Amino acid sequence: MTKIQDPISDTPIKMNRIQQKLQENHKLLSIYFTAGFPSLNDTVPLIQDLEKSGVDFIEIGLPFSDPLADGPTIQKSSTQALKNGMTTKILFEQLEDIRKSVAIPLIIMGYFNPILKYGVEDFCRKCKDIGIDGLIIPDLPVDVYHSEYQPIFEKYGLINIFLITPQTSEERIRFIDSVSKGFIYMVSSASVTGAKSGFGEEQQRYFKRIADMNLSNHQIVGFGISNKETFQQATKSAHGAIIGSAFIKHVMAEGPKNVESFVKGIRK
Amino acid sequence: MSYHANEKGYYGEFGGAFIPEMLYPNTEELRRQYIQIMQEPSFKEEFSKLLKDYVGRPTPLYFGERFSNKYHTKVYLKREDLCHTGAHKVNNTIGQILMAKKLGKNRIIAETGAGQHGVATATVCALMGIECVVYMGEIDIARQAPNVARMKMLGAEVRPALSGSRTLKDATNEAIRDWINNPVDTHYIIGSVVGPHPYPDMVARFQSVISEEIKWQLKEKEGRENPDYVVACVGGGSNAAGAYYHYLDNEEVGIIAVEAAGKGIDTGESAATSALGKVGIIHGSKTLLMQTTDGQITEPYSISAGLDYPGVGPMHAHLYRSGRAEFISITDDDAMKAGLNLCKTEGIIPAIESSHALAIFEQRKFNPDDIVVVNLSGRGDKDLETYIDYFGL
Repeated sequence: MTKIQDPISDTPIKMNRIQQKLQENHKLLSIYFTAGFPSLNDTVPLIQDLEKSGVDFIEIGLPFSDPLADGPTIQKSSTQALKNGMTTKILFEQLEDIRKSVAIPLIIMGYFNPILKYGVEDFCRKCKDIGIDGLIIPDLPVDVYHSEYQPIFEKYGLINIFLITPQTSEERIRFIDSVSKGFIYMVSSASVTGAKSGFGEEQQRYFKRIADMNLSNHQIVGFGISNKETFQQATKSAHGAIIGSAFIKHVMAEGPKNVESFVKGIRK
Repeated sequence: MSYHANEKGYYGEFGGAFIPEMLYPNTEELRRQYIQIMQEPSFKEEFSKLLKDYVGRPTPLYFGERFSNKYHTKVYLKREDLCHTGAHKVNNTIGQILMAKKLGKNRIIAETGAGQHGVATATVCALMGIECVVYMGEIDIARQAPNVARMKMLGAEVRPALSGSRTLKDATNEAIRDWINNPVDTHYIIGSVVGPHPYPDMVARFQSVISEEIKWQLKEKEGRENPDYVVACVGGGSNAAGAYYHYLDNEEVGIIAVEAAGKGIDTGESAATSALGKVGIIHGSKTLLMQTTDGQITEPYSISAGLDYPGVGPMHAHLYRSGRAEFISITDDDAMKAGLNLCKTEGIIPAIESSHALAIFEQRKFNPDDIVVVNLSGRGDKDLETYIDYFGL
């Protein structure tokens, strides 16, 4: 890993894999999938196949009974994963040896209640032990993170990633930028997750507006990216894009084996 | 010590706003303005006028003589069952529709379980001529057909919640998703003292008219504003919040919260959140919550559709945790008997939710000179079929 100097302690610290990846000079593709879907033990093979297919980083969805920021596709995969028996504990067991075979950044995306129930510090410690690089917790607002949890996340070297939307005020975006240490998850439009029919001028203006703010964190676009065309539109001014629902639909239709064709379809 | 929400929406350790960023602008707009709007003279005037002329307030504070004699104590019933649409729910929907107008919103969404809040929302939307979409679990739609019909007659669109367990919590998720998708023109009328700040506090304030009236009504009848106890059933807890509101910080008044034990607390079919819940996040609020050891939200059970919410309003979680309120849980059977008992002793058919509150007199003794106010939150018309099935009428 690249070593950089910690400006305060003057000792060399390891750069988080996410930060390293963000320095690469190409448009990043991230794939989200729900852990334990379609079958309980598909989690690890999916991660391995996604890396082999050339995905830049992966968001592993920790399923929740009440995913209120998600559209029907991710709801369905979450419900199925829970039916398959997925729990936080099982996910950690599945990922125990993941760093023996996978090198790209791994992010866990989950709602706050299961993490709270597991114990926030225990959860963070476990993530560090396994080699998880970051977390996305949509219902843990930046204000609460900043006032209550930031020291715990940082103690375990975890990067917490925050969302912004077209409605987020400039002042709040600046605040989120100041708290962020990796990238900002730019939600493409006011909506829950799920594919839309491409991005119009309004979205392009929004992407451009954020790019022009010269934030200290890169932006990665998510929500509504489903194919090569929307990936290219989204990454015109952003550093990368995240695909979730469209990938889960692909897995629903073709099973968990044929990951490469999906990724190549985005990147070709 | 105050039992009201602080400026960040916390009741002790409970409350707050654990919401996705997509909801931040909506709730922030409301948070910045709700108290100011509620204090505007024009708002207050229109709110009280509608409560009086349209809802039928003040509702009577009725001394139940035969009921009191039976239990050797003085029991007053706060007759929220006499409100237009049959329950206290309309106090909140009137307040929120006026709030929505002030905020310039032209579309209303709501969630409903049994349909009471859905009907109360559809009613005020009809009154104001505003578009209304009510989310209701697919399973609830099937078992609450009359209320679905009422909402439709009132011009609302009833959309089935098809996700998760397809009941109240999922209807609430769907309403929240709708609000994420429609952040600018839509106001979400939550039906109880749940959800992210400022909802629990705002809904409690709209419902606080209940205890405001109890104070002067009791003064007229007994020469004192304070009862010894105020009793209410708690699902999410809006009728209770309204009945307790002006007594919260007055510790001379005992507060009794009655939860639904369903078939019994230890049967796995219960909705007694204080007994079975653990700290968690539901619908944007930190509260006590029925959940698995893995933090998945579970489905509660009660014979009463209005009490089977897996969480509880953060105010009530705090009243429980701090010991300010006494929590009692009542089984389906005891509630049903208490409902029938009120019919026979006072000629009032209560909602099964309210029957839970009435059932405590079989279990808990009061002194003969105690004054106990029970909030009779709703009438039993909607529950006729359940009463018929249960008693084989």
